[in-house]
Amino acid sequence: MIPIIFVLPLLQLVILSNAATYEVKDIQVAYIDHDNSISSRLLIEHIKGSSYFLAPIHFETSRQAEEVILKDKVDMVLEIPGDFEKNIINSQHPQIALRINAIDGATAGVQNVYIQQIVMHFNKNIQLKNKTLNTFNQSFSKTESIASFWYNRNLNYKTLMVPGILVLIITMLTIFLSSMNIVREKEIGTLEQINVTPIKKWQFIVGKLFPFWVIGLLLLSVGLLISKLIFNIPMLGSIFLIYGYTSLYLLVILGMGLFISNFTDTQQQAMFIAWFFVVIFILMSGLFTPVESMPTWAKIFTEFNPVAYFVEMMRMVMLKGSNFQDASRLIIKTFIYAVIMNSLAVWSYRKKI
Amino acid sequence: MKKFIGFVQKEFYHIFRDKRSLFILFGMPIAQILLFGFAISNEINNVDIAVLNKADDKNSIEIIENLQASKYFNVLEELQSEKEIEKAFQKGKIKAVVTFEKDFAKNLQRLQASKLQIITDATNPNIANTITNYINSILTKYSHISLKQNTSPELVGTESRMLFNPALESVYMFVPGVMTVILMLVSAMMTSISITREKEVGTMEILLVSPLKPITVIVGKVVPYIFLSIINATVIVLLSVFVFQMPIVGSLSWLALESILFIITSLSLGILISTLSSTQQTAMMISLMGLMLPTILLSGFIFPIESMPLPLQVISNIIPAKWFIIILKSIMLKGVGFGFFWKETLILLFMTFVFLSISIKKYKIRLA
Repeated sequence: MIPIIFVLPLLQLVILSNAATYEVKDIQVAYIDHDNSISSRLLIEHIKGSSYFLAPIHFETSRQAEEVILKDKVDMVLEIPGDFEKNIINSQHPQIALRINAIDGATAGVQNVYIQQIVMHFNKNIQLKNKTLNTFNQSFSKTESIASFWYNRNLNYKTLMVPGILVLIITMLTIFLSSMNIVREKEIGTLEQINVTPIKKWQFIVGKLFPFWVIGLLLLSVGLLISKLIFNIPMLGSIFLIYGYTSLYLLVILGMGLFISNFTDTQQQAMFIAWFFVVIFILMSGLFTPVESMPTWAKIFTEFNPVAYFVEMMRMVMLKGSNFQDASRLIIKTFIYAVIMNSLAVWSYRKKI
Repeated sequence: MKKFIGFVQKEFYHIFRDKRSLFILFGMPIAQILLFGFAISNEINNVDIAVLNKADDKNSIEIIENLQASKYFNVLEELQSEKEIEKAFQKGKIKAVVTFEKDFAKNLQRLQASKLQIITDATNPNIANTITNYINSILTKYSHISLKQNTSPELVGTESRMLFNPALESVYMFVPGVMTVILMLVSAMMTSISITREKEVGTMEILLVSPLKPITVIVGKVVPYIFLSIINATVIVLLSVFVFQMPIVGSLSWLALESILFIITSLSLGILISTLSSTQQTAMMISLMGLMLPTILLSGFIFPIESMPLPLQVISNIIPAKWFIIILKSIMLKGVGFGFFWKETLILLFMTFVFLSISIKKYKIRLA
């Protein structure tokens, strides 16, 4: 059991953090060139030169190109019409046909933007060469923007995901262990033996939960070490704040686990119910997909989602250096949650079967 | 055969009498599909931003109004100085700050160019990039309309067609993934737990000394879950077709056949887990921590496999879910025939074979 509790989750932190990326790169284009002119080849050169694209593959007919897009070998098919060059010279505005595999809508959107940028660039270069449009004689005003990316200058996805996945692992492990624990004694029959001892209700509960609380904090420590040593994730805020908050958060999760445990008869049930809630909490926490893109009702739900608090807290403190005051909103909410969950847990625990 | 039917019946009673588990078993896929369909997406709308307007002149105010008017942004705060930017980010409410230089409008007229700065909270690189792009496109539009900026007409245009998912619905991407995760979970986790349960409670011994053959016991354990999984798969497909209008272009019979194959693969994985663990807790930990996260993250369900580092792309090949998702997408969205997914099918068959042979080898008729 020990390796499963510690090794498996931490191994996942190390491996899976690398998997969680939405970056779009290595886009594979298939192209059909009906014109085969200097201009059409120049366009292909532009694609080849971009860091987002792999070298495009040439096909003779659109049938062949369609086949490879169905086989998932390429991401998009680009078809250059005949008389491409002639139409450019005559200002006939030729249209390039693009077909993008859009099963993953978000990725397809980004790929479309990238290819548009390349075509724009291509347009500009041709105009510069032709100078037919007297662009330089006209003066016009324009606004320029300078973008700066704070807290993550290299736009590294791991900076975002490692603290998040650490949250996920701590949450899953502690809620599963705690929700299965008491029900296990029920199922095997040893709970009865404990119930006839003079041990008090709170003593029993604290005794049951304390080890998991320690396990949770241990996981956090090892996880933070990994994120520092392997992923070089910054820790801008106070590490004590992280520990303090995690101790509080663990109380919420353990209380929840205990509550589930009291209401179920078998480990299977307990685990299932815990799993049901954890998955919903995680999916709605802003861990994998941003909270900003949720509809209003779902945003309101995240206000009551402890996993969302923890994810936000970790990212704020570790990556942005937020202090106690900045995070007070989250801390207060978590505290209220902890009180409610644990009261429910203690209330629902009966020393009877 | 009669013995076998009796045994299967017993297993069904086990499942149907546990109302709470049953509720989760059928509630889970519905809840997940609805969440993915309605709540979870990668589009960005209504992001809270702040502005630092040192110019406070006509043009800068107009740009801010344009930002506010777009559906992407909500200007939450007006900052007074650069020092406040850091604080505003640390509070965690806003995702971007747009700052205008002091003589914004004047520079625009005199120098024909003026600068503004977009500072984004790049802890989430995707959002940061998207926000920057949106603000830039609002700026370009503003320049076109309000500043009467002349731009030369495009020489070459593009005509993009989004194949298989014209409206870029994220639910199209998620349905195959959710279906895979649910089937995996119901089949692998449920069987592994129900077998270890008999071990832990001690009833496995009784089953083993009964005249039932070990193979009958295992198959009997598995049959009810095949039924449950098929019902779940049907519910998911119905929901995606009727609630989200997702088309199923390919053949339904292939969809059914491949789903059954994947269910059997997951079941054999579940049997394998149960032979490796002696308590329900271990079985559950292996199937949840060991299966769930890799199934979600390495299968191409949420994150595209092509963007992962090479070693992970290699590892993803041993995840059965990856192959099933490819098959599902081929059938449901692309509508291609068996010629396009026979390879994936063979891989799943092979995996099933491996899982089953290891389990048979490891299966013990005696308990230690």
